[in-house]
Amino acid sequence: MNPLLSIAARFIVLSLVAAGGMTSVLPEIHRVVVDVHHWMTDAEFTDLFALSQVAPGPNALFITLIGWQVAGIPGALVATAAMCAPSCTMSYLVARVWQRAGAAPWRRAVEAGLAPITIGLILSTGYLLARGADRSWPAAAITVVTAAFVLSTRVNPLWLFALGGLLGLLRVA
Amino acid sequence: MTGPSVRELFWAFARTGARGFGSTWPWARRMLVDETRWLTAEEFTDVFNIGNFLPGPNVINVAVIVGTRFRGLRGALAAFLGLLSLPFCIVLALGAFYTRFGQLPGIDGVLRGIGAAAAGLMIAMGVRMAMPLLPALRAVGFMAVTFVAIAIMRLPLVPVLLVLAPLGVLLSWTRRP
Repeated sequence: MNPLLSIAARFIVLSLVAAGGMTSVLPEIHRVVVDVHHWMTDAEFTDLFALSQVAPGPNALFITLIGWQVAGIPGALVATAAMCAPSCTMSYLVARVWQRAGAAPWRRAVEAGLAPITIGLILSTGYLLARGADRSWPAAAITVVTAAFVLSTRVNPLWLFALGGLLGLLRVA
Repeated sequence: MTGPSVRELFWAFARTGARGFGSTWPWARRMLVDETRWLTAEEFTDVFNIGNFLPGPNVINVAVIVGTRFRGLRGALAAFLGLLSLPFCIVLALGAFYTRFGQLPGIDGVLRGIGAAAAGLMIAMGVRMAMPLLPALRAVGFMAVTFVAIAIMRLPLVPVLLVLAPLGVLLSWTRRP
């Protein structure tokens, strides 16, 4: 299948199942672009994620970069549109009809039921990113130290990105 | 309700998109609640919760909801395009840069280092979200099964969700206080 059509079809579905934000569908995007279609390597996937993290704007623009890597500017446009159109249409409709969602019991049940699954997906994303980046002990140490600092201090993660980038530049990692 | 014009929505969200390093949320809140006062803190929390509850890119959902509430479809488009236009171009420029220079020894080292840190940030985010749920066996079970199915066995997401999501919601519905 044409990569553009394939991206469009897959990302439209993912937009609708991305409970808790696009982070929760990154493992699936990784599976499709790395394992199924071999459009990029593990390391390239993590590289592009790193790029999207140092750019301003919504984190979801990582998907734009994935589209770019697969099929250039048309790929970037198609990936972005496919990722945004379904969920934005839902947001639009909800904003029209649903003034206050409040704390309806069914909604709390849905949130509580999906939360652990979303967390499992976020941890999967972390694991897959680490697998792409940590091909040396120092790189693995950067991952561990960053996680520890973020969990135990209020340091801005951008400083840790800068530190990681610097160590990478110096060929330590 | 007077509220912002379509043009004001576009530029306000454009400013938010251009500043949103790391996470866009804090900047969106600052713009909507502190700077423009288009929303009260309570209204923002309400919109935030709906944006999180809906699937897809959350902060983009919020832009669409805010734009719709003030100016209907045109407001939604203005907020959406405002938020994404500049970051979209920047990300494409970075992509072009990566295609051309990504294999150079210095650049690939920098990206690898940032990638390693980004992986750590992601793991920390998962752990922090997991903490409050941890003693509950049901939550731990769902997290573990999801992780093994997706990260280790690399099963496709949609079938996994079709099994786990209804089960998770059903169990939390029957166990609700």
